[in-house]
Amino acid sequence: MAEQQIGYSKKVMEHFMNPHNVGVIENADGYGKVGNPVCGDIMEIFITVKDDRIEDIRFRTFGCGSAIATSSMVTDMAKGKTLDEAMAITRDDVATELEGLPPRKMHCSNLAADALHEAIRDYRSRQGE
Amino acid sequence: MERIYLDHAAAMPVDPRVIDAALPYLAGKVGNPSGLYEEGLMAKSAIEEARGRVADLINAEDTQSIVFTGGATESNNIAVRGTALRNARTGKKVVTSAIEHISVLNPAKDLQKSGFTYATVPVDPWGVVDCEALREAVTPDTTVTSVMYANNEIGTVEPIREIGEIVHERGKYLHVDATDAGGRIPIDVQRDGIDLLTLSGNQLGGPEGTGALYIRPGVRSQPVVLGGGQERGLRSGTEDLFGIVGMGEAARIAAADMPGERRRLAAIRDRLIEGILTLEEAALTGHPTDRLPHHASFRFSRIEGESIQLGMDFFGVAVATGSACTSRTLEASHVLLAIGLAHAEAHGSMIATLGRSNTTEQVPAVLHAARETVKRLRAITPL
Repeated sequence: MAEQQIGYSKKVMEHFMNPHNVGVIENADGYGKVGNPVCGDIMEIFITVKDDRIEDIRFRTFGCGSAIATSSMVTDMAKGKTLDEAMAITRDDVATELEGLPPRKMHCSNLAADALHEAIRDYRSRQGE
Repeated sequence: MERIYLDHAAAMPVDPRVIDAALPYLAGKVGNPSGLYEEGLMAKSAIEEARGRVADLINAEDTQSIVFTGGATESNNIAVRGTALRNARTGKKVVTSAIEHISVLNPAKDLQKSGFTYATVPVDPWGVVDCEALREAVTPDTTVTSVMYANNEIGTVEPIREIGEIVHERGKYLHVDATDAGGRIPIDVQRDGIDLLTLSGNQLGGPEGTGALYIRPGVRSQPVVLGGGQERGLRSGTEDLFGIVGMGEAARIAAADMPGERRRLAAIRDRLIEGILTLEEAALTGHPTDRLPHHASFRFSRIEGESIQLGMDFFGVAVATGSACTSRTLEASHVLLAIGLAHAEAHGSMIATLGRSNTTEQVPAVLHAARETVKRLRAITPL
């Protein structure tokens, strides 16, 4: 039988306690927001883009430990990447980088990649693509 | 770092005096209480002594009205399901408040599969049962009405005596889940008109996995677990001698210490409440005065409860939350929704329940942890 992870990984707790890239970018090039208050997780991501790369990225999140940790992690992963590379980041990639999430958190509190993709889509639609 | 444990309603440390009293029954004293040899009689007598102590705690008229079970969940199941099924010939309706523990709600819901009607009674914004709605819900075919003595999530103490009078106007039996009130405030099943009452052994300071059900003499119920017919046929299985002796000793200690502990904990509780309410956008949940002496519960807007729990833990403080994210079903707390909170509001709850280890001196550290945690999470929130 596979060993059941108890609680959150050390990596999740590090990102939860000291999240990276928290905040708002005024006049961001792209903005994405996902989640709803009923399920209890709301994430928003702001990006600036230069030469097709994510130059700066910030987030704000309302939610549980994994919601905050995945938000922080996805901003680390996306920073400096091309838009296509960032679009390819999946929820599973984020969970893997965090050394796993408890099974019941995989869906509800792992929306950070979705918020990132929303922000990139927003940027692209503003560019008229 | 000193740990400050404030989740006694979820799990109580076993009182050292309980361990002293019960340990010999785990570590050597043997005997099946059904046996007529010396060891059996010794076991039987230890169980009966424990039964008497539990009966005394709630002023039961007869020690034989106490049935030992494997915990409050089991007691609630026998009380709701067992009693409803046993009395089905006189009526097939059950009524509960909207804020009962899941171990009352689920048996009540499940009875619908057996042709029962099930009605829930709403509560006001403080969590007090709406007595007019109760009066309408309880009909002559209502065999079991279940209302908790006090709520585990918001600490509100229900007007049980008044509820008992209403139930008995037209209905048959009142079951009261006293898991959180037992040993904390005086309970008198005769004065309060209670027909069935659930107690948790652990919540009295006894071992986990022990419980009792008071059944007023003359009230008929039936078991949910079938077997050898121990405990008056209501809870089969060889008696847990260690657990029962432990629960009995815990009941004795709880009764003896209640007046002092009640005052002491209420003073700590009030300082906690006063301090937490100075934080921005913090509110008390539950009744401001009619609440359990060891229970302080709050909600914070724009932040989420599991994050609060994790953040407080970082400062060495263990608290509970009614947040959806910590529940197995990931659903918002039915209690917080029932007192009228919106889903978004119900997410930011924090529950502190006190016990013997807590002191007034710990209050500043708890307030510091709460202040820092709330500040940190508010800095991240988009709301």
